[in-house]
Amino acid sequence: MAYTPPIAARIDHMEMVDIVKQFPGVRANDHVCLDVHAGEVHAILGENGAGKSTLMRQLYGMYQPDEGEIRINGEPIAFRKPLDAIRAGIGMIHQHFMLVPTMTVAQNVALGQPSTRGVRLDLDVVSERIVRLSEEYGLAVEPDAAIWQLSVGEQQRVEILKALDLGASLIILDEPTAVLTPQEVSDLFATLKRMVAEGHSLLFISHKLHEVLEVSDRVTVLRDGVTVGTRPTNDTSRDELVKMMVGRDLKRHEHRAVGCGDDGLTISALHVDGDRGEEIVRGVDLTVRCGEILGIAGVSGNGQRELAEALAGMRPITAGTVVIHGNDLTHVGLNERVKAGLSFIPEERMRDGAIGEFTVQENVFLRDHESPEFRRGPFLRFGDMARHASRLVEEYAVKTPTLDTPLKNLSGGNIQKLILARELSRRPTVLIAAQPTRGVDIGATEYIHKTLLEQRDDGTAILLISEDLDEILSLADRVAVIYNGRIVGTVDRAVAEPHSIGLLMAGIYE
Amino acid sequence: MNEILSATVITGMLNTMFTLATPLLFAALGETFAQKSGVVNLGVDGIMLMSAFAAFYVVLQTTNLWLGLLAAVAVGFGMGLIMSFVSVTMKAEQGVSGIGLQMFGLGMSSLLFKVMVGTVKTVSGFPRLEIPLLSRIPFFGPVFFNSNILVYIAFALVPICWWILERTTIGLMIKAVGQNPAAADSRGINVDLVRYGSVCFGAILAGVAGASISISIVNLFQDNLTAGQGFIAVALVYFGGWTPIGVMFGALLFSVANSFQLWMQVLGVNVPASIANMLPYVLTIVALTVTVYRGRAPAALNRPFLRGEN
Repeated sequence: MAYTPPIAARIDHMEMVDIVKQFPGVRANDHVCLDVHAGEVHAILGENGAGKSTLMRQLYGMYQPDEGEIRINGEPIAFRKPLDAIRAGIGMIHQHFMLVPTMTVAQNVALGQPSTRGVRLDLDVVSERIVRLSEEYGLAVEPDAAIWQLSVGEQQRVEILKALDLGASLIILDEPTAVLTPQEVSDLFATLKRMVAEGHSLLFISHKLHEVLEVSDRVTVLRDGVTVGTRPTNDTSRDELVKMMVGRDLKRHEHRAVGCGDDGLTISALHVDGDRGEEIVRGVDLTVRCGEILGIAGVSGNGQRELAEALAGMRPITAGTVVIHGNDLTHVGLNERVKAGLSFIPEERMRDGAIGEFTVQENVFLRDHESPEFRRGPFLRFGDMARHASRLVEEYAVKTPTLDTPLKNLSGGNIQKLILARELSRRPTVLIAAQPTRGVDIGATEYIHKTLLEQRDDGTAILLISEDLDEILSLADRVAVIYNGRIVGTVDRAVAEPHSIGLLMAGIYE
Repeated sequence: MNEILSATVITGMLNTMFTLATPLLFAALGETFAQKSGVVNLGVDGIMLMSAFAAFYVVLQTTNLWLGLLAAVAVGFGMGLIMSFVSVTMKAEQGVSGIGLQMFGLGMSSLLFKVMVGTVKTVSGFPRLEIPLLSRIPFFGPVFFNSNILVYIAFALVPICWWILERTTIGLMIKAVGQNPAAADSRGINVDLVRYGSVCFGAILAGVAGASISISIVNLFQDNLTAGQGFIAVALVYFGGWTPIGVMFGALLFSVANSFQLWMQVLGVNVPASIANMLPYVLTIVALTVTVYRGRAPAALNRPFLRGEN
């Protein structure tokens, strides 16, 4: 069975040369080149869907390249399965941890390794090795703790220990900081420095620029499956890397004076209960005028989610009123709200905004399949539907192989663009956008921001709820701060400055 | 009523209990391995029937009991390979492929019996094997240490299976594959191979379970000889919380009810036979309803593994 030798050969130099990997409808890697030396951190930077993970999975033997070759210390080598890569001294820390939650740390480390006692498990020996490695690399974990009891940061340490214990000398870290707190990130970086000092080679995959600049020696940027370039980290800048990632400079948004349209959305003394029945929105008064973006800033959990859901008609309103263009919509259902001109971009896009297993086209018609434009009696007009869907996909630059691709195969940014396309194609007069760019890459974020501004210029009243203060300050015409279920201050963007808004967000006011 | 409570009757009843638990124990221990690796094999009953026939037929022809047992093992292994191929390699829905295997075993064993044997015949099965000294222990001696060899093997397998699952590298691999196949794969473990091995080991034990009916308990073959015991064995795995010891208690619970109703019929207690026959099955359903061990189920149970999809 799958036994591996404990100590792998040391990797001084690893090269991936002209790697091509084709998936149905997508060329994920198109002649990509990459190399890493012992004692070096090489960062791979790119947006979601740029082909970073695909490249790394080929290095770890999970996929086989269609063309190109991998060389270790100058010798070409083929990996048919992860075991081949492990034997060659490669370890991988996956973005979604590869741990068995019901087992202990020691059991997870022992898994797949030969025991010093033949067929009998040697967990005590493994535990001693874990303790030794923990001390050497600053990775504190308790060998007998069950994985499910550990924090995310501790689980990641176990993943690193697993790779080190197998004797890996080249370690791939796939988005290792995505799930960590800032303190855990700095602990991780300290560990990485020790590993490099010991002569390990590290491949660090990320789309966070400041982390790449902080931790790496060289950076390779991938875009749409192609190598854009490799730079020594000391000789590059944030702006250059952004341009390489996105393919152009990011534009700064222009602001114009607030358009004094009519009141679009008026919220008065709104009260809403949370999931456990406690009151969580406690008397919110807001007015969003047509042609205006009103941003709601606040720390997560101060009632933003519940406010958005109540406005969308997904959560009952216990007191107060919601009025759109003079129509009282406080107690009407979702469909009536949509008919009155309201569109909603939900915070949990895969739960409330789309169905992953459905195709791109089906997701476009989740709500509008009843529109007379797309049906004849009880039958759907598939030709018209396909034309409409492909027009939206094109207009909103949604990257998808076909209209029949299941939505879950798209990147977060493209899914969000599709939801935006669907909601805006209805020509709403009021738009509620809850966290519209959370988990979305830089290019798509810029696109979504541009679209929201265009929509505002067309006269839509937009309520933008975001926990990202930079986003609020770059888009909103007025900023309202929510704290503990109440609006604790509203300022015009012209006079808004981050420090005072930050104080309001922390509940320090008056 | 006094008759039922007499020492002789209780000894006999408990001795029967251990004997009747044997096929369930073999089959359920085997199914525990399959399920620990993430595969539900609902075809256990079909495998038991085919193996029971194979063992019976070989013993009928050769009178060699060990050759009969070997035939049962071979048939079990073959059917395990079919189940693995369909559900692991072809990634078919496990419930459906298992039911298919069961229907195949049920029909095929009846057909083979009609064509190759035709009428009811009996063989002389494994004899009682009194263990010297141990069988002289008061009460427990005659209850347990006066059974046939398959009974001893079945109960000896309980600690052995526990040891394999909890104390060996093989057990760790099987459990990892059933909990998180992607994690096992990333450690270089061949997920499909581990599942083939677990399902086939389970099927071999199901084969022995079938033989334990046809060449040691009833010593004959007939249509649907197992009367659904393969399904009871699958249920016992859930009841036992995927542990060999739990499975053993489940098997004993079912068989004590079965033994009780058999002895009541033997003693002529005035209860309709069909009601009495129902008792162990009803008890199983009740036991399953009250003991919900969902939380302990292997997380990847019933889920085929495809690299890069999980």
